[in-house]
Amino acid sequence: MHLYNLTLQPPTAITQAIVGNFSGARHQEIIVSRGTRLELLRPDVQTGKVSTVIASDVFGEIRSLAAFRLTGGTKDYAIVGSDSGRIVILDYDPRTSSFVKVHQETYGKSGARRIVPGQYLAADPKGRSVMISAMEKAKLVYILNRDAAANLTISSPLEAHKNNAIIHHIVGLDVGFENPTFAALEVDYSESDQDPTGEAFNAAEKMLTYYELDLGLNHVVRKWSEPTDPRANLLVQVPGGQLASSDRYDGPSGVLVCCEDHIIYRHMDAPQHRMPIPRRRHPLEDPDRGLIIVAAVMHKMKGAFFFLLQSEEGDLYKVTIDHDEQDVKAVKIKYFDTVPTASSLCILKSGFLFVASEFGNHYLYQFQKLGDDDNEPEFSSTDYPGYGMADPTMPLPRAYFKPRPLDNLTLVDELESLDPIVDSKVMNILPNSDTPQIFTGCGRGARSTFRMLRHGLDVEEVVSSDLPGIPNAVWTTKLKEDDEFDSYIILSFVNGTLVLSIGETIEEVQDTGFLSSAPTLAVQQIGANALLQVHPQGIRHVLSDRRVNEWRVPQGKTIVAATTNKRQVVVALSSAELVYFELDLDGQLNEYQDRKAMGSTVLALSIAEVPEGRQRTPFLAVGCEDQTVRIISLDPESTLETISLQALTAPPSAICIADMLDAGINKTQPTTFVNIGLQNGVLLRTVLDPVNGQLTDTRTRFLGTRPIRLLRVMVQRNPGILALSSRSWLNYTHQNLMHFTPLIFENLDYAWSFSAELCPEGLIGISGSVLRIFQIPKLGTKLKQDAIPLEYTPRKFVSHPTSGLFYIIEGDHRVMGDAAVREHVENLREQGKMIDDDIVNLPPDQFGRPKAPAGTWASCIQIIDPVEAKTIETIHLDNNESAFSLAIVPFAAKNGELHLVVGTAQDTFLAPRSCTSGFLRTYRFTDDGRGLELLHKTETNDVPMAVMAFQGRLAVGVGKSLRLYDMGKKKLLRKVENKTFSSAIVTLNTQGSRIIVGDMQDSIFYVVYKAPENRLLSFADDSQSRWITATTMVDYNTVVCGDRFGNVFVNRLDAKVSDQVDDDPTGAGILHEKGLLAGAPHKTDMICHFHVGDIITAIHKVSLVAGAREVLLYTGLHGTIGILVPFVSKEDVDFISTLEQHMRTEQISLVGRDHLAWRGYYVPVKAVVDGDLCETFARLPANKQSAIAGELDRTVGEVLKKLEQLRVNATSHSYVGVFDGNITHLTTCHSTDSDISALSSCSVKIFRNMEED
Amino acid sequence: MSSELRYTANTQLEHLHARYTGTGHADLTKWEWLTHQHRDTLSSIVGHPTLASYLAIADGESIGRVKFEMTERMLQPCGPPPAKDD
Repeated sequence: MHLYNLTLQPPTAITQAIVGNFSGARHQEIIVSRGTRLELLRPDVQTGKVSTVIASDVFGEIRSLAAFRLTGGTKDYAIVGSDSGRIVILDYDPRTSSFVKVHQETYGKSGARRIVPGQYLAADPKGRSVMISAMEKAKLVYILNRDAAANLTISSPLEAHKNNAIIHHIVGLDVGFENPTFAALEVDYSESDQDPTGEAFNAAEKMLTYYELDLGLNHVVRKWSEPTDPRANLLVQVPGGQLASSDRYDGPSGVLVCCEDHIIYRHMDAPQHRMPIPRRRHPLEDPDRGLIIVAAVMHKMKGAFFFLLQSEEGDLYKVTIDHDEQDVKAVKIKYFDTVPTASSLCILKSGFLFVASEFGNHYLYQFQKLGDDDNEPEFSSTDYPGYGMADPTMPLPRAYFKPRPLDNLTLVDELESLDPIVDSKVMNILPNSDTPQIFTGCGRGARSTFRMLRHGLDVEEVVSSDLPGIPNAVWTTKLKEDDEFDSYIILSFVNGTLVLSIGETIEEVQDTGFLSSAPTLAVQQIGANALLQVHPQGIRHVLSDRRVNEWRVPQGKTIVAATTNKRQVVVALSSAELVYFELDLDGQLNEYQDRKAMGSTVLALSIAEVPEGRQRTPFLAVGCEDQTVRIISLDPESTLETISLQALTAPPSAICIADMLDAGINKTQPTTFVNIGLQNGVLLRTVLDPVNGQLTDTRTRFLGTRPIRLLRVMVQRNPGILALSSRSWLNYTHQNLMHFTPLIFENLDYAWSFSAELCPEGLIGISGSVLRIFQIPKLGTKLKQDAIPLEYTPRKFVSHPTSGLFYIIEGDHRVMGDAAVREHVENLREQGKMIDDDIVNLPPDQFGRPKAPAGTWASCIQIIDPVEAKTIETIHLDNNESAFSLAIVPFAAKNGELHLVVGTAQDTFLAPRSCTSGFLRTYRFTDDGRGLELLHKTETNDVPMAVMAFQGRLAVGVGKSLRLYDMGKKKLLRKVENKTFSSAIVTLNTQGSRIIVGDMQDSIFYVVYKAPENRLLSFADDSQSRWITATTMVDYNTVVCGDRFGNVFVNRLDAKVSDQVDDDPTGAGILHEKGLLAGAPHKTDMICHFHVGDIITAIHKVSLVAGAREVLLYTGLHGTIGILVPFVSKEDVDFISTLEQHMRTEQISLVGRDHLAWRGYYVPVKAVVDGDLCETFARLPANKQSAIAGELDRTVGEVLKKLEQLRVNATSHSYVGVFDGNITHLTTCHSTDSDISALSSCSVKIFRNMEED
Repeated sequence: MSSELRYTANTQLEHLHARYTGTGHADLTKWEWLTHQHRDTLSSIVGHPTLASYLAIADGESIGRVKFEMTERMLQPCGPPPAKDD
């Protein structure tokens, strides 16, 4: 089996974000790391909307990011620390809109290792040097400079290593133009490693150490090292240094040391200042729990600076420093606002705060004020003896604040993020949908959501209104060439035309010069200020003074098709003749002397827009009933001569020529595409050669069941094409690449661009008798999300087989359930404590829930209706129980009645795993699945992490044991057990009497149930230990699994062993077989292996379109959705593997990671081709593209076509759909050579089918 | 000279050990080996964003807290060294 990995949705989590002027222009941009991707985001200062400028897969793990600017420069560079063992400096080139690697310096081995730098980065604020550090020991300092040609240079590294030191954080000190200095937070373990009594461990000191880079001597010295709070975790730079113009100091310099519960200001030879981190005065707070700062940002304004620090609860604190030149007078802290807990905070100079949430959606806030004059209590270091450092070992008295809704910030934009996807399902539940939806349980804690993802573009309806009849076409038109907005809407009905004017309201107008008693075929604003209407009997040229020039068709003929642009008009008559008109310089429309006889009824016509600076477009495309499309010249030299001809498989229904930019074909110039829609719903897209008019590079796609209608529209000021069939599709250019995506909207019969003051970039369409004006807000996205909020972190969900409802279990560790909260609050009230209801009742989705000690759980079961997008019922679990698994089981003992079994555990501790008791809660469905009735609870001795229906009974993985239960009156009855598993069973899958058990640490086991002897026997396992997170059976002998380190792999059992086990009636043979390698007697073979880079949480074997090939779809923790597509032919495998090899040598990884090493991170990649890498072929420079294509004996167009085909075939309708190429089938095809020839013969057959179709 | 190298005279190996913390040798004790393993694992968790997220979701803590506690644990992940017999 050979697989092709394609990412449908790249990870959406943000692990770090930096801000800077990366394009060198005035506005600031944000570079975010999405773990394995780098994105440049640009917040629009006017609208506050964040848009993605570029996104690039780096094929490596980004661990740290820093921005720096050379002294006197205007442009920021980004430094990337990764697992490549290399430091990379990136420059954003706005001209080509891409990241350019300026420097890439190798310093160590690859991998996220303990002593290889890359984990932390700190840049000197003056941009003179950068320190890159590992988790332990290694720190390297690079000097950054300019050469004579003003190019950025980087020195060889200077070592600042300290043996046996664990590094918590590093930061660049602001020292002005003195020698660059870095501060590091380190702990030395050499003594505690030697001391068996543990005293040295207890006495271990966390040191704040300054490393100074002596620019004169070119080496790094440890300048100063002092112990600080042992629970310090983060350093924040404090401004310092003198201004060049005056002698004033920007600030005192030094660092803020963020510790548990405290913040200390610290600098060499200066007194320390310490103050507490204010806490929420929550009656249920855990007093033993410290509070740490997880994100921090410093912002400098003219002559002032402040810090925003964020606690792990999400509260922002504003910290200010009162200073007199270099002397700190006081450090003050106060509560600012509460936003979701961030992985990074960025403040933009334009007054925005970007919050890259650690989980869930990311937010852009705008500052309303800076919390200067409010009543929030402020805590100053001067309030405490010795600036809070009288006794550094004793904590300061706790400070409290009252959280409140946003006051200083307002939310302006939200970036959707699926991170984390905890579980997913793929199924088609929506009525009238021919493609399945992806359902995901996303998010963490109270901000969790259940999301439905649909392939397509989200459409925002602005206005819709009912019309008196059913129109068959709609247009909008401006009155003059230079009008900004459209003035008229023209609706064509079977027997007339209606003209509406667009103003404050939309109303009918009469005296427009348009013929209202006949239907309209085309409308065009022509010349400088005239309008044109084509109707079956003629053409009306309406001049600006309302005079009308009319051209009438000869007697007995009508116009059947028309196409227009600003200067040209072509109409086709019922006599199969073409008539051509062109505007002359006086604005008169002149008919060309000859008419062209086509010989076959014309069904569709199209000409492109007039190219800028030209008189006319030289090509006309004509689609005729004889299943041909002809390109006809409109050039004055050869007017109406046929240039080329293309045969079709069905009569055309529409043609549309459009000039669109596609960087895959031509990076600088728009390419002329001829789109041909056929009556059978197939769209052909061909490229028109601008010189000789030949059609090349034909690509086909099935759009829907209705004849296609094609319309040229404007999409964000760029030409696009709307293709209407039984679904509506939009073809547009985004970030220089062509996209073709369905719209998630009502079926449209006709549509046109619409531009008015209220909706400048909209579209107008008719569906039935309804007129709709709409716009497309999120271009570039491929999945539309609909979210339903959840109570707690989703764990798993299942869907009801008949009602289509979802049952989702949710649970949060370290959180008290609602009932427990009420009880505690009541208790406290009874004890006479004052309870502030405002704090207890804070909405948890904004403020989270108070943290409780480990072993406390809040959990519930929710019933969700995905079609109505609402929660039907919530069942809270009491007694500190939490749900871990669920399944719908048809119990044979109850005549196959469906039951919901939920595996829960009470007082669960995670490490080491323990619980006072596990339970299997058995529910009966009531009210057609809309309610649940608890039948009974069955105790288990460990946490039931996996449950599954098995042959009318229940299979449960309880800790290390696999059990089968049957239905009883008061309990489930244990029937059989196998306790041979290693750590804990986390997944179960079954086919026939075989059960595939996924063990938390020890990969998969093949287990067989022998009913006659009532035995559960493990007969095969994996030879490697794997930390399984998700498994799915590909066929009876094959499984696909994801592990905790981001790998996906396929294991297969030998068919002979499989047969042998199945043929053994009692299982005695397996029972007495000798174990192999301290495990089961048989081992599986690994046949595919691939490192995805995201932890896979669910895998499904599905076909993404009804009738298409089955693929493996996986979802990853950070929001990745990808597919593994089996190749259908050996030729494809050879071709794509060779292409992949060539792409690897291009070294496109932005972090300098070797691609083969990345995809083979833990185990060498096997039999999987990285489609994401192959698709970057489209972004290569043209000379490289042709070089690679030459090596492959293809043209660049053929390579691109093949890549597109691979993606399209897997994700949407395709001709290959006629061939039932499921994975099982393929595996047999690939097993022997003779089978390969059989396969190639079937691929030949497919090809012929394509031709015949 | 570090403890691992007490009995080694091979200078090349010594150099290797000094350069690559965590490299094993013939006289490595069980505790030393385990401590190295744990430190490697802990730094790997901090270094791979997905792993840190995974643990944070399971444990109900923020990612920042998980990274901090993992780094803290690197100081002595397997308890104090066993007392020497001699």
